[in-house]
Amino acid sequence: MSATAAPIAVTTLPLAIGGLVKRFGSLTAVDGVSLTLAPGECLGLLGPNGAGKSTLIRAIVGRVIPNSGTVSIFGAPAGSAAASAALGWVPQELAIYPRLTCAENLAAFARYHGLSSRELKPQIAWCLQWAALEDRAKTIAGTLSGGMKRRLNMAAGMIHKPRVLLMDEPTVGVDPQSRNRIFEMIEAIRDQGTSIIYTTHYMEEAERLCDRIAIVDHGRIIAEGAHAELVRNSFGSRSQVIARVTGSPAAIESWTARHNGRANDGAVEFTIDQPTEISLLLADAASSGIELADLALRRPNLESVFLYLTGRELRD
Amino acid sequence: MLAIIRTAIASLRRDKASLALSFVLPIAFFGIFAMIFGNQRDTVPRVNVIVVDQDQSTASRSLVRALLGESALHAYTHPDAKPNQPTPPDYTAATAQAAVKAGDVSVALIIPQGWGANPVAFGPDHEAVKIGMLNDPSDPIAPQVVTGMLQKDAMTALPATMANEGFKYEKQYFGDLTPQQQKRWHSYLDQLNQIESDRAAGKTTADDTGNSDGFSSGGFVPVQKQAVAGQTQNKPIISYYAAAIGVMFLLFTASGAAGSLLDEADSGTLDRVLSSRVGMTTLLAGKLGFNMLLAFAQLTLMFLFAWAVFHVDLWGHIPGFVVMGICTAFAVASFGVLLASICKTRGQLGALSTLLILVMSSIGGSMFPRYLMSDALQKAGQFTLNSWAIDGFTKVFWRDQPITALWPQIAVLVAVGAVLFALARRIARRWEFA
Repeated sequence: MSATAAPIAVTTLPLAIGGLVKRFGSLTAVDGVSLTLAPGECLGLLGPNGAGKSTLIRAIVGRVIPNSGTVSIFGAPAGSAAASAALGWVPQELAIYPRLTCAENLAAFARYHGLSSRELKPQIAWCLQWAALEDRAKTIAGTLSGGMKRRLNMAAGMIHKPRVLLMDEPTVGVDPQSRNRIFEMIEAIRDQGTSIIYTTHYMEEAERLCDRIAIVDHGRIIAEGAHAELVRNSFGSRSQVIARVTGSPAAIESWTARHNGRANDGAVEFTIDQPTEISLLLADAASSGIELADLALRRPNLESVFLYLTGRELRD
Repeated sequence: MLAIIRTAIASLRRDKASLALSFVLPIAFFGIFAMIFGNQRDTVPRVNVIVVDQDQSTASRSLVRALLGESALHAYTHPDAKPNQPTPPDYTAATAQAAVKAGDVSVALIIPQGWGANPVAFGPDHEAVKIGMLNDPSDPIAPQVVTGMLQKDAMTALPATMANEGFKYEKQYFGDLTPQQQKRWHSYLDQLNQIESDRAAGKTTADDTGNSDGFSSGGFVPVQKQAVAGQTQNKPIISYYAAAIGVMFLLFTASGAAGSLLDEADSGTLDRVLSSRVGMTTLLAGKLGFNMLLAFAQLTLMFLFAWAVFHVDLWGHIPGFVVMGICTAFAVASFGVLLASICKTRGQLGALSTLLILVMSSIGGSMFPRYLMSDALQKAGQFTLNSWAIDGFTKVFWRDQPITALWPQIAVLVAVGAVLFALARRIARRWEFA
């Protein structure tokens, strides 16, 4: 197998998806998705479990044949040799060989991508260093900690120096410390110019890592833009008031409904245009016999945007 | 504890193929072993034996006739007719020996010239011409069966000869009979002579429907046994079992190794590999290649052990071993890859491979020699990889045949391996794309 990929026009976008539809029986997993990815951009696909993010990623790597629509990677169709060479994929599962060492795993995937023996050693060294696994090169992958396995999983996706990296929920089941390490890895390659698609259902991750975010629900992209843009489009300049109160449930329910609020996780949330509206809320609470325990004012986040657009929580 | 049982039952119920196989497996085995051993009384395997009559005397023709009609034997005086040879010539001593050596039959009887003049031996000083028995020691049962049948047929087919010989010995050791006794004896002998000549001419006599009471058997017909295959081997059955057991475990190993496909599909590694430049054909070919290497290494180790411990002549048969080893490894590796591509879980693979391998091994000769089985099972055994591989290795190590003689085994193993791999590739399409 040749190690040389077909030439790719540099002027072509790293990724362009047009009208992609994928059905599994009666279920439409991806429903007319169109997307582009700019060079060096990190695009977040934010949506709850089952929204169709993974199917979209698998269609990009050519592992799912769409019912209609197109996927091109630097102008090459998904699944072609040129597309495979340009794409790196970090699946949600730990797709590594548990009985091989870290270095052996990386060497295996490097060879699958056609890297020459000459390229192998420096590229493995770079990946191990990138994943902070230099001292684990000879450790059997199956004996690594969960966070280390995740990092090795990511390193295997970068072994052939792809120009586009697709990461499907790479922090699933990872402790906060390892998660931070993973963020640093992603930021490092993003800063080096790798284009990234990052799927997650954690809005904090999307906010921290992604230049642009596409919110996915039921196989469709329901909103797309930078974080601030998404919030502005949904909420304008409005803010959110989160109040923790005590009192009769009926009174609290009535008070919430009067001000278009909603109960959430033991608190009540309201959207206000001006901070001066807070005093009105509090006065009405006092007159209804409701006691205030805690009060916070914040800008809406992606969770709020998702809730606003779908009427459901992101983690539902 | 109930909760644990419930959970285990629910898990098993989800994997319907495993569930079915876990019940089918024991029933299938019971059926097969019952067929092999339970029906032995009705379907005793008949021993194939070539009979060469160089004597052409009345006695020898009677004996040949009796052997041809013997229900426990498949006796032949000439090969089966073929379209290009409708009346094949009778076997000679040389062609009979070649047939035994090639494994076509286990035993050949050569009735030498002059045997009919003095066919029965009673005393230790007897110097009668002996019937030659050429045998293949890889089948230790056949010569014993043929020897027994020969004695029985000689007794029943040659009553006059037996009586006459007995009379001669009686005169030698006890003296002459009285004239009256001699008259009665000659009258009885005339009757027996009539029966014997009728039998030599192929006529049925009234006595043929009766039993052989009055003629006890027990080695009256002298036989000279001679092994014509495996003379260089000191442990005839060892090379047979090295191949037989080797092939069975090769099949298990190949199925287990090919099961890595299912592990990789489960873990997502297969998807990741297929998203690289590696296509499904390359992936399966890689698995096949690995399985072949593993199988060949296993066979090599088996025969090295047989050489070191049981003195099987491995070094004198290297070319044949390598050729048969590669062909066998290819066929079993393809078999493993096919099973892995058919099954959806490791549980299914374990059950299905155990079922198929044990069935193939039991009727294919890996557990006990096929010559012990009925004709029907021996024929069924030809549909197994085991029998072709064992036959090939037997030709190499036992019959000392050249590589060119292995062509049927090579052709079958390679063709079956190719077909199984093509099927596996076709079925593996389910992993290619969703």
